[in-house]
Amino acid sequence: MIRVVLPAHLRTLAKVKDEVQLSVEGPATQRTVVDALEERFPALRGTIRDHVTKQRRPFLRFFACEEDLSHEGPDALLPEAVAKGEEPLLIIGAIAGG
Amino acid sequence: MSGVRVLVGTKKGAFILTSDGKRDEWEIDGPHFAGWEIYHMKGSPADAKRLYASQTSGWFGQLIQRSNDGGKTWEPMDNKFVYDGVAGTHQWYDGTAHPWEFKRVWHLEPSLHDPDTVYAGVEDAALFQTKDGGKSWTEMSGLRKHGSGPRWQPGAGGMCLHSIILDPKNPKRIYIAISAAGAFRSDDGGENWKPINKGLYSKYIPDPTADVGHCVHHIAMHPSRPGVLFMQKHWDVMRSDNAGDSWNKISGNLPTDFGFVIDVHAHEPETVYVVPIKSDSEHFPMDGKLRVYRSRKGGNEWEELGKGLPPKDCYVNVLRDAMAVDKLDRCGVYFGTTGGQVYVSADEGDTWTAAARDLPGVLSIEVQTLS
Repeated sequence: MIRVVLPAHLRTLAKVKDEVQLSVEGPATQRTVVDALEERFPALRGTIRDHVTKQRRPFLRFFACEEDLSHEGPDALLPEAVAKGEEPLLIIGAIAGG
Repeated sequence: MSGVRVLVGTKKGAFILTSDGKRDEWEIDGPHFAGWEIYHMKGSPADAKRLYASQTSGWFGQLIQRSNDGGKTWEPMDNKFVYDGVAGTHQWYDGTAHPWEFKRVWHLEPSLHDPDTVYAGVEDAALFQTKDGGKSWTEMSGLRKHGSGPRWQPGAGGMCLHSIILDPKNPKRIYIAISAAGAFRSDDGGENWKPINKGLYSKYIPDPTADVGHCVHHIAMHPSRPGVLFMQKHWDVMRSDNAGDSWNKISGNLPTDFGFVIDVHAHEPETVYVVPIKSDSEHFPMDGKLRVYRSRKGGNEWEELGKGLPPKDCYVNVLRDAMAVDKLDRCGVYFGTTGGQVYVSADEGDTWTAAARDLPGVLSIEVQTLS
């Protein structure tokens, strides 16, 4: 199972309180994980990546294993520790405001 | 017993204010969608329990929420707003061509007759429609593609389609307005459109009388006279007596004719309300004194209404969708400020009280009159 930690607003939208555990078909990539996330929580469609271009929203980042994976390609393999469920994939909202 | 439900969209969530017909004591429910910008909420004229809300965020994009129980519970609907065909380009601030990009929904206008049909005005400017209660959205692309689109340019707040008016006597007629392109009208249910900006004069564009390019801030209409329109432009308060074919200035004795909101009394089609704002570079009331102005003669002659409003040290703004009226007798008038106040007059503007004082900055206000 892949573990995903969502930002607070998206946890509210998905109606989950804690990290999400997902079963992902095929290799674990940003694309397959977000595909699985959107399939399980349709309310998240369009909130993490654009509906049409599938580009990550600019103020969101993907972190895992103390690395920023945001600029990896959507089909690049996620770290093995994420694929095995040992570490979560963190979806982070940029710190902004004031 | 009659009452009102006031739908308040703010920069940090939605609030629903309710009161009985006296409108002197208020219950505040919220925040719904806490932390999100709620650009607009509106109820269906055909079903008062059916509400729609535009929930948006710079981080997470656009959501559309629907309630079937008057705002007690909400359900996220489809949020896929995709332009029809090749999106094309409009003018950017520097005059260069810029691709059309969806950013958010500014205004939701439910059909007068069908709770499942709603029009959505979006940024970058376009008109969308759902006929299935928000389960899917389709662009009414005749507006964006009618010809002048490549010459449209964003205002400071973005290139937003912010006003949608449905003609209650002619179901084929729709008015919309875009900042900063101007006003447009369709007479065939949204298939074909034409600019209706003759008579507008905007000295901040190269040709002050151009057919498009005017920064229209808001348009209002009384349902009994759908051919008469009132407009708050960037500067100038305007009136049309021929469905927008031509406009005349009715600023008259206003202390300043810059502003954002404009609305019409529910029972008196010649009674109009505006909130004058000092200037386009100073978005607050003149002299720090918050005042509504009312004309009972359809413009030109305006009276100051300030009883109960801050007489000094008030430097808030009132944004374009943040004024509404109820249908009770006497007509109630409502507006919200960027300082989070919701002011209510239960006597047509003669006196004002604050229904809420400390909400997040108010983006929009709509009122439902409940029987």
